[in-house]
Amino acid sequence: MSTHATTRVVGAPVPRKEGVDKLLGRACYVDDLQREGMWYGATVRSNIPRGIIRSIAFDRKVDWNEFVVVTAADVPGENHIHLIIADQPCLADGKVNHREEPIVLIAHPDRNKAREAVSAVKIEYDPLPPIFTIEESERQDQVVWGADNLLKSFLLEKGDVDSAWAHAAHIVEGEYRTGAQEHLYIENNGMIAEYSAEKGVTVWGSLQCPYYVFKSLRSVFDLPEDKVRVIQTETGGAFGGKEDYPSNLACHAALLAMKSGHPVKMVYDRMEDLAATTKRHPARVRHRTALDSDGKLLAIDIDLATNGGAYATLSSTVLSRATLHSTGPYSCPNVRVRSRAWATNMVPFGAFRGFGAPQTIFAMERHMDEIAAAIGLDPVELRRRNFLHDGDTTATEQVMREPVILDRLMDRALEESDYYAKRQRFAAENRVSAVKRGMGVAAFYHGSGFTGSGEVVLNSLAGVDVTPDGRVRVLVSNTEFGQGTNTILTQVAAEALGIDYARVEMAPPDTGQVPNSGPTVASRTSMVVGRLVERASVQLVSLLRAQAGLGASYTTEEFFAACECYRQAKGEVLSTCRYEAPPGIKWDDQKYHGEAYPAFAWAVYVAQVAVDTVTYSAEVEEFWAVQEVGRVLHPVLAAGQIEGGIAQGVGYALYEKVVWQDGSMANNQMTNYIMPTAEDVPPIHVFFEEIPFRHGAFGAKGIGELPHDGPAPAILNAIRDATGVAFNSIPLLPEDLFAGLAASQPIEEPITL
Amino acid sequence: MRGNAELHDLIAPGNLTAVLDLLAAEPGKWTPIAGGTELMVAFSAGRLNAPRLVSLWGIRDLRFIERREDSIAIGAGTTFLDLRKNAAIASELRLLARAASWIGSVANQSRATLGGNLVNGSPAADSSPALLAYDAEVEMISLRGRRRTLYAEFHTGYKRNVLAPDELLYAIHVPLRFARYRQYLRKVGTRRAMAIAKVALGATAMLEEEVVREIRLGAASLAPYPVRLRRTEAALIGRKPSRETADAAREVLLAEVKPIDDIRSTEPYRRRVAANLLEEFLLGLQREGRGA
Amino acid sequence: MSVLWPAVRFTVNGEVREVHAPPMKRLLDVLREELKLTGAKEGCGEGECGSCSVRMNGELVNSCLIPVLQAEGAEIQTVEGLAANGKLHPIQEAFLQCGGAQCGICTPGMLMATAQLLAANPHPNLAEIREGLAGNLCRCTGFIRIFESVVVAATRDSASATDEGAHDAR
Repeated sequence: MSTHATTRVVGAPVPRKEGVDKLLGRACYVDDLQREGMWYGATVRSNIPRGIIRSIAFDRKVDWNEFVVVTAADVPGENHIHLIIADQPCLADGKVNHREEPIVLIAHPDRNKAREAVSAVKIEYDPLPPIFTIEESERQDQVVWGADNLLKSFLLEKGDVDSAWAHAAHIVEGEYRTGAQEHLYIENNGMIAEYSAEKGVTVWGSLQCPYYVFKSLRSVFDLPEDKVRVIQTETGGAFGGKEDYPSNLACHAALLAMKSGHPVKMVYDRMEDLAATTKRHPARVRHRTALDSDGKLLAIDIDLATNGGAYATLSSTVLSRATLHSTGPYSCPNVRVRSRAWATNMVPFGAFRGFGAPQTIFAMERHMDEIAAAIGLDPVELRRRNFLHDGDTTATEQVMREPVILDRLMDRALEESDYYAKRQRFAAENRVSAVKRGMGVAAFYHGSGFTGSGEVVLNSLAGVDVTPDGRVRVLVSNTEFGQGTNTILTQVAAEALGIDYARVEMAPPDTGQVPNSGPTVASRTSMVVGRLVERASVQLVSLLRAQAGLGASYTTEEFFAACECYRQAKGEVLSTCRYEAPPGIKWDDQKYHGEAYPAFAWAVYVAQVAVDTVTYSAEVEEFWAVQEVGRVLHPVLAAGQIEGGIAQGVGYALYEKVVWQDGSMANNQMTNYIMPTAEDVPPIHVFFEEIPFRHGAFGAKGIGELPHDGPAPAILNAIRDATGVAFNSIPLLPEDLFAGLAASQPIEEPITL
Repeated sequence: MRGNAELHDLIAPGNLTAVLDLLAAEPGKWTPIAGGTELMVAFSAGRLNAPRLVSLWGIRDLRFIERREDSIAIGAGTTFLDLRKNAAIASELRLLARAASWIGSVANQSRATLGGNLVNGSPAADSSPALLAYDAEVEMISLRGRRRTLYAEFHTGYKRNVLAPDELLYAIHVPLRFARYRQYLRKVGTRRAMAIAKVALGATAMLEEEVVREIRLGAASLAPYPVRLRRTEAALIGRKPSRETADAAREVLLAEVKPIDDIRSTEPYRRRVAANLLEEFLLGLQREGRGA
Repeated sequence: MSVLWPAVRFTVNGEVREVHAPPMKRLLDVLREELKLTGAKEGCGEGECGSCSVRMNGELVNSCLIPVLQAEGAEIQTVEGLAANGKLHPIQEAFLQCGGAQCGICTPGMLMATAQLLAANPHPNLAEIREGLAGNLCRCTGFIRIFESVVVAATRDSASATDEGAHDAR
């Protein structure tokens, strides 16, 4: 299967498939929907971080006969949400391990009454001592999970790290920290559930992964496949925040639906969503690095720790990706990465765009600048001397068989940003200006698709079918939540089928109608699922040519005529394909060795940052992003992904701080959780280099998460350039800049305006 | 959304006299609501402790901007968008025009009122530093009549003010003489838009022969309510702006202000930035004085 | 139940409507529930995100902060009132062309803010666009394509929605 040099639909800026509805305000998000006889659900949550539930009492000022109340005792099947380990209860049973843990569910026909009754449920606890930090968990003063608080650990080794120190010309150490980050999708989590003995459970809601929700519902309700149905509604942003939590919410709504005999809607308000749902894992990354006298890496030794919160959820896979991205796009003969995910009594952390990579890429790219400063080498030159090239091996000894063009990306990024000239100019201007400016660089990769044998395990099935009234439908369980799934996959199908884009649509994201093509995560949609859709489409054309008289070339109408001919004989027009791994993918899960990812996207980002020494505010003035993501399937959507990811990365670096109280979010209002507004985002210049990847749809690799990896280190490297002070922790707020600058510089610094 | 609309009574008599009648008849029972940009946030959060509300929205007698001989009178019901669109305010009360552009967003500015901003009494109120630096007066009205007081004496504690239970804030009177003074206003927030002030400083000063004859400093988020920094002002009267003066004034300011740690910022940061803003203003005066 | 509440009358998208609702019910909820105009969304309930933005008496407002009683006699435009004669409004057309909508949840409010901006200032520069949209949070796009959409919309004739090739509002 070749990657076509000229394509008609792929590569063109076709209109977003569901764009018109969104622009008309006609797109239906879950809170826009009603079901006949619908009730409303609300959740009673723990207000302590750890303890035994002593009693649950219902205040008599409320007439509880009007309500339906659900507790763990009402769960028909297993009281656990099924992700990787089934340790998270659907509803707390006898004990709680974090604040905001769901304990009791309430439903009532009146939305206000449902909500008001929450405070009438009185829960008494015997509190236990909670732990909140990685360090407390490591010390095991309290064991809050398993035998030792350890949710997961990895050891990745290459060569012999310990032999390198003695020969090193330089040894540089550093510790880097990243805070939690909230997704802040503008649409809060929500679900509507129905239950009947005949149909089982049906849920509609805001979600990324219908079949994840499906799996948990089956287990919680102990129902067979044909008695559970999950339908995604138009979803207003997700970014990983609707990868796992919707399973919890769907089970809650469905339990209330089952007990009440009515459809139940549960839509969180912003305060509840912020306090109770997942966030990005906080991380602590310690580096110890050996280099020779030319600044070439001899050994990378990393100690990585993440805070997983009270339950495992996705901590193990986040840790995995964090580990596999921790050593950067560099060639190094000796590597050791010791990674651990620790349990605490915080609200569980979960997936968020980048999935561990932003944390460790921040650390590695900051550390590279610290190394450069320590050994007296230009930070760009240091990187160039260590970049991976074709044929080099990564930390897992994966051979770079696809082209690696980091030098070209770096050249272009430096040229577009006028990096060296600006650094020189700023160095002079900073001496006399209250506003200090600097330039910072980050180089990185992001592995596309699931790690190692993950895609084989997923065993995705996808396809296309054709309706009698002349529409092609793409059959996938992958979802649209703004990133362009609907458009990309219909483009791919239209291209591979050789028909008009307007005649292809997505089948409803309904487990009753589409196969399991895997979750919409891990930057896999274009590359992996798109490839399945491409293959299924090509397969259909072959079948039509062989069995329905379709010619070598044909019009759209001739295509559909052939489909009808085919339908006469076969009864349906359907073509599906299963995932096939690219050749040579060998991965050892025990040793963390081999082909970690089938493909990598590569990038170099440059930030220009201004630090105002009157207010200690740092602002990104301009940003350049150069990347290689294989074939760009849709230029507008691709640029939109990069720009959006960068804006989130800017927030991660400079604005977005989760303030904690007893392990839950204290600043749980939009007025106090600060994301960049239209006045804060810098001009962002996006450039693509294209090297088609032959195993991805029309040459595409993953793109969605890459842009969130680069901004934070580029920005903090720029701040280091601007101020001369190293900041190693994000978010870096003005208060932190003040503390760092005041600590390293004399208080009385004359300002010349 | 945690508010229950059925638990609140809201009426709109539509004219000032009717509202004053109501406040006189049942003092303390009715909460006036103008644009709602504060009270409705509390309502949505389930924290509006006001079972009965009386709407001021649309009462023409409260929404005006009048240029008088030596002051501009602004009705308490005037929105920030009204302020931004007014030519007299743009040219003669430019700190107030600038403050108006800081309030929330365009959608907030079309509803938030100057009166609401002052009566809500947040220590971070966006309009307060400018009004303090301009020596504004507030006029209060009830059936018993009208009275005025300096805005600087309007707040008496955290979210407490001198309004009697039967009184409404009627107008804010801003003297025009400061139009020719040196002026300064800077707000430090969490981001460029939609930001609550961590610190804000407004200043007006009149110099004669390079010496400070008058100075007024209005500060937000440095005390339980917006305040004049009188001790710092006193330390600057009769002084020539210079590095030495700025250093000395900085010390007085650091001792005078009482910022706190809260969910948005820290006490040391607020303290330091407040001092930096003062220094920026003073060194700016010095530079202007030299004709630089 | 709703008959107990007094009537409030206002015009929405050119049509006079009368609702019976508690006077403190938020305009946002009245639009969505009583009038079934679900374009305006609740993203925060605090007037921070702008996804509830509508135009009222020629001004942009956050409908989550307006008690419906205060909308008495008002002229309100929602996103549902932008497209006309079965065709997308030039602003909607521009957003479609430039990628100004990704997940779409902020889009109704963003379109209202854009309509407001261009009504007051038909040819805004980038700083004015940023300011005009500062109250509308978008988490997906990073705003860049939204700025482009506004610039493109400003170059078209916003007075009429009858562009050649404009998409059907179906």
